[in-house]
Amino acid sequence: MTPTSAPSREDLARYGITPTPLVDLSALAPSGVTLYGKAEWHLPTGSLKDRIAASMVCRAIGDGLIDADTRLLEPSSGNTGIALARIAAIEGIPLTVVAPDNVSSERIDLLRAYGADILFTPGSEGSNGAVRRSEELAADGGYLMLHQYENAGNPGAHELTTGPEIISQIHEAGHDRLDAFVATLGTGGTLTGVGRSIVGSFPDVRIVAAEPPSGELIAGLRSLDDGYIPPIFDPTLLGGKILVRTRDSIAMARRLLTDLGLFVGPSAGAAVHAALKVARRLEPGSVMVTVLCDAGWKYLSTGMFSGTVDEATDRVLGITLW
Amino acid sequence: MTTINLPTILRQHTGGAKKITASGRTIGEVFAAIGNEYPKLGEQLTNPEGGLPVFVNVFLEDEDIRYLDGLDTEVEDDADITILPAVAGGR
Repeated sequence: MTPTSAPSREDLARYGITPTPLVDLSALAPSGVTLYGKAEWHLPTGSLKDRIAASMVCRAIGDGLIDADTRLLEPSSGNTGIALARIAAIEGIPLTVVAPDNVSSERIDLLRAYGADILFTPGSEGSNGAVRRSEELAADGGYLMLHQYENAGNPGAHELTTGPEIISQIHEAGHDRLDAFVATLGTGGTLTGVGRSIVGSFPDVRIVAAEPPSGELIAGLRSLDDGYIPPIFDPTLLGGKILVRTRDSIAMARRLLTDLGLFVGPSAGAAVHAALKVARRLEPGSVMVTVLCDAGWKYLSTGMFSGTVDEATDRVLGITLW
Repeated sequence: MTTINLPTILRQHTGGAKKITASGRTIGEVFAAIGNEYPKLGEQLTNPEGGLPVFVNVFLEDEDIRYLDGLDTEVEDDADITILPAVAGGR
């Protein structure tokens, strides 16, 4: 699918995609460095994926790809599926989500609440397994797969909304510089879309990815050649990539809760962990933005907020967190 | 000695060992030393052109060496290297 009908900001606003606030995380950063987190849980289903779901469906409608017989299909272990389920419900389009069978129960309950059908793939295969199964189903026909890993509407949503919001909010906060932008690397849509947007206003900004150690969890990977780099991801925009371990993402999510009262999920914890690593090398006066992808609600059943950090880490190993 | 943490799919080349050690002043030299001791593992870590294979991510102290100096990235003697396959994340 090659979408050509890019939606406008007004099109996305009709689906509830309106600016999310920046929250000040500077209390965690080295002295003199300002660190903001974009509070994406303010979006309708509580995650930044609302942006890309609206964008991808808008494009598909604009391209005439959706008719009365269309059934949408998407590999997703949670947030994208939930966001798409909402848009599909609004538009009256049936949706099937393919998800690893080890995602948290809240996510499955939410998908079902929005009316989505769910097909499970082995959790040991992670996101790759869900992608493979979806491609097999799509090849058999009868489905329209929006495919967040390949759909230009994914980075397009962030180039159209998230990036310009950050530029405006940085100026409104009285800054004339942005030294670093840090976000988690999943599909690559946030880093690519926001990156393309902000380099125009802040040419010296360093764009850094926080990467989960997901390659280690994929027992189904037979060789390195089975690897996958999403086509929408533009790695040339990056100035760095930091590996963030599960324990560190959980520890930081819990620190954000106890120190700043921010109830975020593990990917937000990972992004802040990586951001603070970047911050330690910046000069006083520097300004940074990271992305707090979602809130902690969808992770309560994983136990990541219970007991010690080590106990919580042991509990979530094997679960697709982010 | 530098410690190299291996992903599951590469442990078949080290008799199941999760961690191995090797010496070298750069990542490239460490990989060459690995290749001497574990030839099949060495083949997985560099492509025929002598570069890093596209689906291999190498992290030195948790930083991706592609955004440092690649295989020429200098390593401290007690450095920690993690090798991971490139896979999709996102939800």
